Amino acid sequence: MAKKTEDIAIVGYAQSPSYRQAELTEPQFLYPVISEALERAGVPRREIGFTCAGSCDYLSGQTFAFVMNLDAVGAWPPISESHVEMDGAWALYEAWVRLQHGDIDTALVFGSGKSSPGKPAEVFPLQMDPYTLTPLGADPVSLAALQARAMLDAGKITEDEMAEIAARSRKSAVNNPYAQVKGDDDPAVLLKEPYVTAPLRKHDLPPISDGASAVVLATTEKAKELTDHPVWIRGIDHRIDIHQPGMRDLTESPSTRLAGKNAGVKGKFDFAELSASFSHQEKLLCDELGLGKDVEINLSGGPLAANPVMAVGLTRFVEAARLIAEGGKKRGVAHATSGQALQQNLVAVLEAE
Amino acid sequence: MSSQPAAVIGIGQTKHKKRRDDVSLPGLVREAAQRALDDAELTWKDIDAVVLGKAPDPFEGVMMPELSMADALGANGKPMMRVHTAGSVGGSTALVATHLVQTGVHDRVLTVAYEKQAEGNAQWGLAGGRSGGMGAGGIFAPWMRSYIKQSGAPEDIGWKVAVKDRLNACKNPYAHLQLKDITIEAVKESPVIWDPIHFHESCPSSDGAVAMVLTNEKGAKKAPRKPAWVLATAMRSELGVFPGRNNVRPQAGVECAHMIYDQAGITNPREQIDMAELYVPFSWYEPMWLEGHDIAGPGEGWQMVADGSTEIDGSFPVNASGGVLSTNPIGASGMIRFAEAALQVRGEAGEHQVKDAHVALAQAYGGSAQYFAMWLVGDELDAVAKKK
Repeated sequence: MAKKTEDIAIVGYAQSPSYRQAELTEPQFLYPVISEALERAGVPRREIGFTCAGSCDYLSGQTFAFVMNLDAVGAWPPISESHVEMDGAWALYEAWVRLQHGDIDTALVFGSGKSSPGKPAEVFPLQMDPYTLTPLGADPVSLAALQARAMLDAGKITEDEMAEIAARSRKSAVNNPYAQVKGDDDPAVLLKEPYVTAPLRKHDLPPISDGASAVVLATTEKAKELTDHPVWIRGIDHRIDIHQPGMRDLTESPSTRLAGKNAGVKGKFDFAELSASFSHQEKLLCDELGLGKDVEINLSGGPLAANPVMAVGLTRFVEAARLIAEGGKKRGVAHATSGQALQQNLVAVLEAE
Repeated sequence: MSSQPAAVIGIGQTKHKKRRDDVSLPGLVREAAQRALDDAELTWKDIDAVVLGKAPDPFEGVMMPELSMADALGANGKPMMRVHTAGSVGGSTALVATHLVQTGVHDRVLTVAYEKQAEGNAQWGLAGGRSGGMGAGGIFAPWMRSYIKQSGAPEDIGWKVAVKDRLNACKNPYAHLQLKDITIEAVKESPVIWDPIHFHESCPSSDGAVAMVLTNEKGAKKAPRKPAWVLATAMRSELGVFPGRNNVRPQAGVECAHMIYDQAGITNPREQIDMAELYVPFSWYEPMWLEGHDIAGPGEGWQMVADGSTEIDGSFPVNASGGVLSTNPIGASGMIRFAEAALQVRGEAGEHQVKDAHVALAQAYGGSAQYFAMWLVGDELDAVAKKK
């Protein structure tokens, strides 16, 4: 950031388990998540200065689906509130901006989604250019496969490395009670599996998940009053790249690079929580952010272990905050993405006191 | 407190109409955005961030369309956000853009809102994507009937609002409906679609987009045309359904207005505000919002309509642009209110310019009259103080 902004802190956080198919409705599984985040922060619902949500009508297959989620917030008496049709990480960004005004001192942010009712391969092509790509059925797996192929051809990754990333993610997820896909897999065995869409095998793909996460933010002064362990957002930025995959070098992510630079990603990091929905994207993101082998990536298991779309980016903040506030880590990167093949990216630097 | 003044220095709209077959979705938003840039005498390169708003994606069948519009809106390599707060979205989107400037995060922000309703079926969408739904009119009609009963308003108030807004629209070249021959009689004789709403008391379904360029004090001083200063901003939401809710005068709407008045130092809105652009998709919402935002006292909103106060040359003009009753690309409708208020205080509203408009209020609402977004704009930063 070229501009001087106030450091905002994460003072509360929570997430739901990643469900393959939640029996509950979205507001139903959101409610305990919001309650837990507020309790952790020690801020009563009525005292929250601003609320911002991220969700997507198309996942629910219903217009105005986000309106129902207000039930989970308890918007009575009335509240100051907004909603982005984006991952909850961008709701966090809007709240971060709102807190810069200084007239309020806390904000509640949440992201939620149920992917299970729809068929991702049919729903997500609607996210692509409606004239040239939607009619082709350009779905996330096909686009990710093109990206992985381009990386393989460019010598930026190998299928062995992809399997290692997947195996490591599943193994890390064993210790994450919220994760959906976990286990101790031998990369060599994983590589014997057939392709789903070459060069991607099942382990390279994220699961289909339902879930939610929530974060409570506070201004510098308020954070110090609320907790001894605030998790500081030292920098945050987001950028978008050109939409047409054919006009991008899919082996690069200029928007990640730029957002990382503006968020202040340099120096030593203990860990990074990256929205790498496909195994090869982890490598690409690490390259763009300059994260070396000494940085532990997706200790939570990441999106390969739990992928509640519209919450998964905000969940990176939740996991990062958990690692710092409870796990003794000092400094980490949180990353969220939107669109296919990493078109839009948000990067933040989080630190302990 | 790290808040600095923000101002509108560029405004652009498309010609709103039933069906814009001549442009694609990106073509529609780019038309409005290019006009806003031209108005500000800026180029795409001068913009730091883009904030896009629209109502539900299933209206056009494109999910998260900001992704495929990034190219057309010159957003590549820049931050881009997408806001969705139901009918109030156009207003909320402008406020998100304003906050980016006020907090110093960005210097120049382009904000755009649109809907291309001819691409889909808005009635289906408004029914929550289910067939056989009531539509927006079906939800609001009993509340309008309730207002009539509570206030004792005569039936012709709704007809008067419908005629006033359509005649105002004839002065606005961008407005969708151009009904030069509309009369009270014609409104009254048009079919009842949701009692008490006759066909001519309802908004149309439009294709259209609107855009604004916002900047800080430094940018505003360099602007080629007079800036519209943002004097106050507020968003307020409440649950749409619960026992005991006041549906006629929702508390979130009352609070949103008072947040604006408090920020701007307004103690008598009727006197200190020169005109308002209110989200009136059905005629009766004009008196309902006049009372719901404490511009008029209880039961006095309809009297302001009856005595001509809300006419373009009245003491408190409402919707000089023709309003939502004349132009309704849903996702853009809120931002059109915000842009029209800014046009008025810049003195650039042309034939529908209100005389001596120094301070203007814009409002958008959505959902079950549960989401509110407002801003107050002035021709100078101390425009309110100067009126005392």
